[in-house]
Amino acid sequence: MKRIYLDYAATGPTKPEVLKAMEPFFLQKFGNPSSLHSFGQETRAALDKARGQVAKFLNCKSGEILFTSGGTESDNLAILGVVFEYYHQAKNKPHIITSSVEHHAVLHTCQYLEKKSEAEVTYIKTDNRGLINPEDIKKAMKPNTLLVSIMYANNEIGTVEPIREIGKYIEKVNKDRDNKVYFHTDAVQAIEYLNCDVKYLHVDLLSLSAHKFGGPKGVGALFVKEGTAIKRLIHGGDQEYHRRAGTENVPGIVGLAKAIELVVRDKSKNEKIRKLRDKLIQGIGKKIPDVILTGDPKNRLLNNASFCFNFIEGESILINLDLQGVAVSTGSACSSGSLDPSHVLIACGFDHQTAQGSLRFTLGEQTTKEDIDYVLSILPDIVKKLRKMSPFGRKNVGV
Amino acid sequence: MWEYSQKLLDHFKNPRNLGKMENPDGVGREGNPTCGDVMELFIKVKDNRIVDIKFLTFGCVAAIGISSILTEVVKGKTLEEARKITASDLVKEAGDVPPVKYHCSVLGIQALNGAIEDYKKRNKQK
Repeated sequence: MKRIYLDYAATGPTKPEVLKAMEPFFLQKFGNPSSLHSFGQETRAALDKARGQVAKFLNCKSGEILFTSGGTESDNLAILGVVFEYYHQAKNKPHIITSSVEHHAVLHTCQYLEKKSEAEVTYIKTDNRGLINPEDIKKAMKPNTLLVSIMYANNEIGTVEPIREIGKYIEKVNKDRDNKVYFHTDAVQAIEYLNCDVKYLHVDLLSLSAHKFGGPKGVGALFVKEGTAIKRLIHGGDQEYHRRAGTENVPGIVGLAKAIELVVRDKSKNEKIRKLRDKLIQGIGKKIPDVILTGDPKNRLLNNASFCFNFIEGESILINLDLQGVAVSTGSACSSGSLDPSHVLIACGFDHQTAQGSLRFTLGEQTTKEDIDYVLSILPDIVKKLRKMSPFGRKNVGV
Repeated sequence: MWEYSQKLLDHFKNPRNLGKMENPDGVGREGNPTCGDVMELFIKVKDNRIVDIKFLTFGCVAAIGISSILTEVVKGKTLEEARKITASDLVKEAGDVPPVKYHCSVLGIQALNGAIEDYKKRNKQK
């Protein structure tokens, strides 16, 4: 059976050029970048080059890039690092503003700080498309606000948040404040598709993860603007400008840098992906009744098509698709260990039953027209079959 | 994703005794407040025995699969025998269920007991 992968927001394949760039750093160029001999020097040089490539992509200085183990660590380091660094300077307990649709790497880190009484947190509500209104951030701002953390693009529903607008606002606010408000964005889903120039965005911290854009897993980066102090979370050696101890993941970092270079080179593929995504959304809308497109219809990641199918449950659709070779994801409670449905869909105002029917398709470079045609040919029957089983769906299938 | 047994997957793909029943003798409808699953069971009773049973389920693979397995286990049993079936019996019958999905079998038993109760209530009124 042919397998079709439509879960690129979860992860994707490492690009062959990336793998090729990484290869020498396993067998020949294996030196520790901290070593002073020639073996160390050649990996140190590779590390510097990689840092430069990432800095170029983000339009910042090399010294503003820290390599980490991935998006989650970058988010943790950004939030905990800033709070722990400035905790003692603040007169009151630091205040964080974030949103209710953030990735768990941000949300759970903020909740951890709340629980430990290290910070107070405001969770900005979104509209039903998952969109944050910058006005709400203005309203939430307090004298003790230290950090604002808002994701660039939502991993579940693809909604793109107004990061530049928020960044410019915070910059303006900071002119009249003694205690600066720092602005972090989780850009993990955005790298391939959105403008990630940190000067354009007006951000102080930005998280990214290599495997979301054709790089290897287990490596990411955090942009930390010059002048932003962060407390290290991992203690040990002096690596990463004393901010993240541990021998650098040289092959991974070289892979990340190569992948980010290819993002620029392969930009033209995005139009093809967008067209296929639109075809999928239109096809599903035409062929299947009672489907809701979740997220913002226009202001969304170009590879994301996410839905709620009324009267049925997402995991059941997912497994049926998987049995026919198609890989997607769902935010249904049944698919999560906690049995809670997607916090993002709940934040968008969907009731539990509707959120249970969520299904996310995320396309990538390798997605073809045939793949989309195949999905559109099998999905209506799957939905029909499950609705026949559902105590809610009968009237809609004429049974 | 969870590991499902071949038997559970088979029941999910080809559910037995699926659908609404015309003129049932008892109906049980149970919802799981945690995950939102809903199960509806319809029974036909003759001489104290469940002679026919049908189901409708809103839920995941485990919820649908276990509903179907339940109907096979229950069909032909006396009301007393049916009453004695437990959630762990269904799990055993399904050939192991991921621990996080155990509540699906509890839901099934609750729907079954609800249907039997409903039957008894209707009979009293007659």
